[in-house]
Amino acid sequence: MALKRRDGMHHAQNLIICEHCDSVYQKRKLSRGQVADCTVCGAVLERHQWIGVDGQFALIIAALIVFVIANVSPIVTLKLSGMAETTTLWGAVIAMWNDGAQLVAALTALTLFFFPLSQLVIFCWVLWFAREGRRAPGFAQAMTALVRVKPWSMIEVFMLGTLVAVVKAHTYFDVVPGPGIWAFGFLTVLITVFSSHDTRHLWDVTKDAKA
Amino acid sequence: MSAPPRARELGMMSCHICRLVTAYSDDPHAHCPRCHSALHVRKQGSIARSWALLLAAAMFYIPANVFPIMRTQSLSSKDDNTILSGIFELWRAGSPGLAVIVFTASIVVPMLKFIIMTILLVSVQRSSGLVSKQRARLYRFVELIGYWSMLDVFVVAILSALVHFQILSRVEPLPGVVYFGVVVVLTMLSAMSFDPRLIWDNRKSQ
Ligand SMILES: [Zn+2]
Ligand SMILES: [Zn+2]
Repeated sequence: MALKRRDGMHHAQNLIICEHCDSVYQKRKLSRGQVADCTVCGAVLERHQWIGVDGQFALIIAALIVFVIANVSPIVTLKLSGMAETTTLWGAVIAMWNDGAQLVAALTALTLFFFPLSQLVIFCWVLWFAREGRRAPGFAQAMTALVRVKPWSMIEVFMLGTLVAVVKAHTYFDVVPGPGIWAFGFLTVLITVFSSHDTRHLWDVTKDAKA
Repeated sequence: MSAPPRARELGMMSCHICRLVTAYSDDPHAHCPRCHSALHVRKQGSIARSWALLLAAAMFYIPANVFPIMRTQSLSSKDDNTILSGIFELWRAGSPGLAVIVFTASIVVPMLKFIIMTILLVSVQRSSGLVSKQRARLYRFVELIGYWSMLDVFVVAILSALVHFQILSRVEPLPGVVYFGVVVVLTMLSAMSFDPRLIWDNRKSQ
């Protein structure tokens, strides 16, 4: 539905509205590492985008590769009187499912696999086009999905959970950390770097192909 | 420095999804001209939805703590742990640091979420202008810590997958962990439903 007065709003592109309290600000040019805070409520208004589109694309490709490694490699191996038991993320999902905690299995699969993966894939798709300043087909839907999925990706929590599980198991078993745990650790770092970026910035650096 | 104007006073609003600044509209069917998401001045039905989800979470929180979340079985013993007893065990096993982390994630964080969301909802309904800045800070805190409560759920998932030595030793998830997972999701949804702009709206006095 078209908005009235839209034509008179072209100056609004230089404005930014605090998401937490509705205060209106003029957008500022931020220097490296700078963060603009809302003076009314203290929320972050915008951050300096210190990695360019090309850099972000490279990071996403790296994250995708690490994500695959993290999911196929064993996280930890337990040893008990000659027997060894190893697991991957999917091993944990399947164990929960078979032991009657299907809801938790689904939650684990969504927050540690499907949401992070869709985040990475959508981001990769959007950035591939953004490198030439273009908006990918389905750009609006992709950007909306990124915003909605973001709070439900929990790789960082899983990382800490693995650590706790290893310590708990260590009391009774020999614990050998597998490559999966390093991959998850690296993924956590990459995701932290990304989280310091506002993906919505891509709206400003790309233009519709038709326009 | 004087306070910046608020969007509503200037006849503006911004898109929740892409942050585009558009002209103010109270049309409930308005869409963002840029990303086509629904445009709302404030999240719709925010307070009622946030309350409902919070109360549901509080209800599930009881079985989540009373029922054991994990069974450790070996040849000689069968040991059911609740969230709290699991923390004690971690402490006794010589990892007080991790015990504190798990205690924070599983007990302190959910408790804080219940308390803070209740404070926010009650104060907004009373149109209190009191310590708005502190309440805004509390809201951001809840948003930030929300998902860390999932910690124990993931610990049980990993241990259940790992400790599978037939009759010798086994770890199984128990119903408590399902309730706990539900609590985490409900409290996160409750916080997301809350619109922090309400803290700054309809104040009795400036
Ligand atoms: Zn603000
Ligand atoms: Zn929009």
